[in-house]
Amino acid sequence: MNKPIPNSFRQGPDARGRFGPFGGRFVAETLMPLILEVEAAYEASKTDQAFQDEWRRLLTHYVGRPSPLWFAERLTAHLRKDAAPGMGAKVYFKRDELNHTGAHKINAVLGQILLAKKMGKTRIIAETGAGQHGVATATACALMDLPCVVYMGATDVERQQPNVFRMKLLGAQVVPVTSGAATLKDAMNEGLRDWVANVRDTYYCIGTVAGPHPYPAMVRDFQSVIGIEAKAQMQEAEGRLPDVLVAAVGGGSNAMGLFYPFLDDADVAMIGVEAAGRGLDSGEHAAALSRGRPGVLHGNRTYLLQDGDGQITEAHSISAGLDYPGVGPEHSWLHELGRVQYTGVTDDEALAAFQLCSKLEGIIPALEPAHALAEVLKMAPTMPADKIILMNLCGRGDKDIFTVAKHLGEKI
Amino acid sequence: MSRIAQKFAALKAEGRGALIPFLEAFDPDRETAMAILRGMPAAGADLIEIGVPFTDPMADGPTVQKAGQRGLKAGATVAGALGMVREFRQGDAATPIILMGYFNPILSYGVAKFCADAAAAGVDGLIVVDVPPEEADEIAPDATANGLDLIRLVAPTTGEDRLPKVLSATTGFVYYVAITGVTGTRSASTDDLAAAIPRIRKYTDLPIAIGFGVRTPQQAGEASRIADGAVVASALIDGMLASLDAEGRATPATVPAVLDRVRELAEAVRKG
Ligand SMILES: Cc1ncc(COP(=O)(O)O)c(C=O)c1O
Repeated sequence: MNKPIPNSFRQGPDARGRFGPFGGRFVAETLMPLILEVEAAYEASKTDQAFQDEWRRLLTHYVGRPSPLWFAERLTAHLRKDAAPGMGAKVYFKRDELNHTGAHKINAVLGQILLAKKMGKTRIIAETGAGQHGVATATACALMDLPCVVYMGATDVERQQPNVFRMKLLGAQVVPVTSGAATLKDAMNEGLRDWVANVRDTYYCIGTVAGPHPYPAMVRDFQSVIGIEAKAQMQEAEGRLPDVLVAAVGGGSNAMGLFYPFLDDADVAMIGVEAAGRGLDSGEHAAALSRGRPGVLHGNRTYLLQDGDGQITEAHSISAGLDYPGVGPEHSWLHELGRVQYTGVTDDEALAAFQLCSKLEGIIPALEPAHALAEVLKMAPTMPADKIILMNLCGRGDKDIFTVAKHLGEKI
Repeated sequence: MSRIAQKFAALKAEGRGALIPFLEAFDPDRETAMAILRGMPAAGADLIEIGVPFTDPMADGPTVQKAGQRGLKAGATVAGALGMVREFRQGDAATPIILMGYFNPILSYGVAKFCADAAAAGVDGLIVVDVPPEEADEIAPDATANGLDLIRLVAPTTGEDRLPKVLSATTGFVYYVAITGVTGTRSASTDDLAAAIPRIRKYTDLPIAIGFGVRTPQQAGEASRIADGAVVASALIDGMLASLDAEGRATPATVPAVLDRVRELAEAVRKG
């Protein structure tokens, strides 16, 4: 690409909320004053020591941070078996699946709910796909005594039953959304519609690095705790930085959280793994960067799955958390600059990686990071044995056991 | 003077406000939508708003969402909506037409080409719901270059600090979104409207139309007197829906069902 390379990949967004041409604030006027209010509150929170201390306290004592860095020794040995002599990179996991509530989502949720309280909001809404963000939001709302409404596509309500029940136990109201394909995109539409109708008392807690500015930057900043920890932990374990980072990309928050602190470390390569569903050329996937083109949806300009008339097309993935036709705008920018490589992993490859990880490492991963792992399985054997791969194991698979059992033809 | 400005000036001389009915392009099919569009001026429409369907209309309530889905199913595209306007203009040179929609289909069509083709087809103004003043440079230069009015939404949440910014970017008329909410869900009270409109008038001499939640002839009459016009969408679509057959297809009753409602609304607006 013949775009000028910036001095730093960590400058975005600009004052308009743009990462290069991507991002922005494409919302109806009713919401515009609200997102300006969120932006002002978020900016103020950055230098508010009490706010920062409280967020850190919750991360340490409630979430259980820092999450461990784990050398996946058996997996590494397994991959070396079939590799050429001297080949087979060392594989590390950043274990955000050990967080309270089982995924990285809680990191940004706690930051946002503290912000909502600071703004005097008395009602929280969220959208969810896999249900991890919904569970995290319901959890934070239980802890902070706020009513919580979670919009979830009816299709996802079906395939993520354990999380639906979890949210109910936590006191949240789960609203199934039946419009469109009844998945994450449609849940986000309903979230935005609720917000338009309840602007005065409601805070919309977005689950990924998408939506209008300041959400992509704010969620990234909160999730960056992943990459900041990993950087220090890797120095301690290996005395150097990893060679490659790998993360699954739905909206892209776990990936941005890992990547962002490393963006200016030129020797660290980065791979974002989109869901290729039934194959990148099957028409049934969620690979916005690999197969989409830029457009505007949910408040920002970014790569989208769309038809020739600019109508958004349905995504497909076995993983509800990756089943989204867009991607966070910062990923679109990093993609065009070539700083991060984006690739796709199919449903079947993810299922195989899910099982392998369970058997070799005793860790049942969520289907989302199973996509990242499938990419690791492909690349590690092609890299010299002294190279290091760091993968974001951003969620655990408890929520997915019913889906996986069904695909394996087993009844539980 | 643009068709929109001429129309509002003429209505002012008449001493009444405008009735601005809405229809979704290709809902429930092109031919029926075209017949409704053609019949609207005679039924009393002063200006007409045509919705351009989008898969993800974030400001629309269930009624308009479903109208959009029916439109898309019937083959609606940006080009198709422009084609409807072109055909309408063959028989009507006076009634202003405003296209209302979301940005992505326009972006996909090409913003410059869209504005040029819209103007050539006989469109007078645009309402692009998800392009607020902060993103205006995405479309304003091309709209202006082609003589299209860019009609902005003002909401109850638009504070005094933002009003000058929003209004200075507006041409044609101001669209006051009467409720914080999506289309077709609830209605603003007369008192709320009576307080809101003067607040906007402080900053603009442009005509103001009220939309979102204007359903009955009485509400349309009131809104057109408090402001300078009333936009009615969901109530017309609901009326049309009741006339469709079990498979959602138009029947001989469909076009009259919509136009009869337009007539009732127009009567209330004219009563003064
Ligand atoms: C475990 C897990 N990983 C990844 C994702 C995808 O989101 P993101 O790309 O924002 O990390 C989800 C979303 O639900 C998730 O639950």
